[in-house]
Amino acid sequence: MSDIAKRIEHWQKTKRLMIITLALWFIFSFVVHWFANALNTMTFMNFPLGYYMAVQGSEIIFVVILFWFAYAQHKIDQDTGFAEEVN
Amino acid sequence: MFKGDFIDNLPKIYGLYTGGFILFTLLMAVLEQMGVGADTIGILFVAFTLVIYAGIGVLSRTMQVDAYYVAGRQVPAVFNGMATAADWMSGASFVALAGGIYFGGHGYVALVVGWTGGYILVSSLMAPYLRKFGCYTVPDFIGTRYGGNLARFCAVVVLAVASFTYVTAQINATGTIASRALGVPFELAVYIGLAGILLCSMLGGMRAVTWTQVAQYIVLIIAYLVPVFWMSNAQDFGLIPQFAYGDAVTRIGELEQTLGVGTAAADKVAGLKVLTTLHYETPGTVLHSWKFVTLVLCMMAGTASLPHILMRYFTTPSVKAARQSVAWSLFFIFLLYFTAPALATFTKLQLLDPNLATSVIGKAISEVQSLDWIQKWSQVGMLAIVDSNGDGLLQINEFFMRPDIVVLATPEIAGLPYVISGLVAAGGMAAAMSTADGLLLAIANALSHDLYYKIIDPKADTKHRLIVARVLLVVIGFAGATVAALQLTGILGAVIWAFCFACSGLFFPLVLGIWWKRANRAGAIAGMVCGFVAGTLYLWYVAPQFNGGTPWLGIDHLRFGIIGMPVSLVAMVAVSWMTPEPDAETQRMVDEIRVPKGKTVLSASH
Repeated sequence: MSDIAKRIEHWQKTKRLMIITLALWFIFSFVVHWFANALNTMTFMNFPLGYYMAVQGSEIIFVVILFWFAYAQHKIDQDTGFAEEVN
Repeated sequence: MFKGDFIDNLPKIYGLYTGGFILFTLLMAVLEQMGVGADTIGILFVAFTLVIYAGIGVLSRTMQVDAYYVAGRQVPAVFNGMATAADWMSGASFVALAGGIYFGGHGYVALVVGWTGGYILVSSLMAPYLRKFGCYTVPDFIGTRYGGNLARFCAVVVLAVASFTYVTAQINATGTIASRALGVPFELAVYIGLAGILLCSMLGGMRAVTWTQVAQYIVLIIAYLVPVFWMSNAQDFGLIPQFAYGDAVTRIGELEQTLGVGTAAADKVAGLKVLTTLHYETPGTVLHSWKFVTLVLCMMAGTASLPHILMRYFTTPSVKAARQSVAWSLFFIFLLYFTAPALATFTKLQLLDPNLATSVIGKAISEVQSLDWIQKWSQVGMLAIVDSNGDGLLQINEFFMRPDIVVLATPEIAGLPYVISGLVAAGGMAAAMSTADGLLLAIANALSHDLYYKIIDPKADTKHRLIVARVLLVVIGFAGATVAALQLTGILGAVIWAFCFACSGLFFPLVLGIWWKRANRAGAIAGMVCGFVAGTLYLWYVAPQFNGGTPWLGIDHLRFGIIGMPVSLVAMVAVSWMTPEPDAETQRMVDEIRVPKGKTVLSASH
């Protein structure tokens, strides 16, 4: 595969990962909190769920997304041959 | 014991440091038992930690450009994560966040969501690409990507306004804590704090700030977590209280009904509040949801545009390490942010629940007024009790306090020894100082590198550049302290404004510079100027301190980024389309930053 084709493949995959990441980000930043009142009728670990998502749930998910993102992007870089050389 | 260079030994060095700090805390506890006064312990705590930070700052002195601006690009991901967490968590996070949640309920928790989720934007849209670019400062990227001094200059202006608003709040917080711990007037304490801040950053620039911030993170997280764990275990909430306070939340919900939370106070005490907002229940209106998500969006986009955060990721050894470092940053930040709501809940339950010995609501006023901590905080004007209905009992709307008390007084409310209060003071000081350091350095570096070296005198030699950088640091520090001494705005209000300034002016020019090749110089300038001006005009229109106009759609002065950002986006896209596309060299540059492999776009020393 030529360098240009590889670059295109790398950027396509990178863009796709970015869109998936931001979709998850959007759900846990905005959507769940918009419906906090409805979620409060349910409980999770004895917390009202809407409140739980705001004080703890979203934050835990954000941390997990970031470690996963770092892993997934590095894998894309490696697979397409654009990872940094180890020195 | 130490083989290899400093970087190889980081875990050992900071392990020893942490052990030393714990020993110091135990020593203070012993001194307290031996009858040493509370004031002396407070002074020792603050003075000891200040000396350590200054010592690290002096040891890290440098005369090399890349060490001064980007710590030589050799900070490992985990340590950079700790430094970023200290950089990020300001005096406001440490002192005011739990109190804000105590009084503000669900609506206020938007800040916790906004100040964490923004890191997803940092990692997926910005930081790794800026690291590959190899810039020293954020305007350095804008200036090189779009070309021309005007674009660079606009970025410097937005950066300076946002960071300066933020830094005055931090120096203010440093002064507040130092004045209480050292027992000196606020106006003097501000300058003592400033001296400490400058000692950390002046000689070694980014390198010195990095290693002091790691040390400050360790102090601040110990100081925040120890009282909460101690309190929760003393009161049987379980070993890890953060996961076990669900019952406390629902119990508060029940108590709110019986105690009548929501009744406005009959009297007014300046600067103090009574609790009127419900703890977890929301009004359930569209307006409430709208206000929640708009605040979240402003704080997140602001996170991804604030230069003192972005520049921390310029210091990692690789692009891959930059991404990992963002994840570690949020992990270390999370440790404090998921504890703050737990602290707010415990404190509230202790004051409200008649089944607990510590409760005050519903008790006889004379009995409450004889409590030690009530007397102490009433004397400094941070707490007040007014028997509005004259029945001799303390109702919820007769108990006035300042939000900051939730963190500062909780050890005393729960009856913990004074050594814990000294520890909390040292933690608050570390939080405020580390953020002030990062911000001052961001402003001074932009002015020295972008304004002085790149625009005014491109022929300046290394020695000259670094002297200018240090002089600017001192000048801006004193300007910040002078403004802070005037006490114009509250700590938290100023911090939130800084986020809105940053996202109005810088968010889209940064994102589109990486993700949209067609973005050009005219578009970027239009985006920065229009977004920043629109946001600022709206702030002037709506802020109660200025014009005091009626907010449109509930967009008040804490959310003016919601006005600035769309204006910035539309202006940038429209003007970019109307003007010619960037030249081939610029487009190649954008291609280069999109892949981690290969050399940085700007050379290692530029």
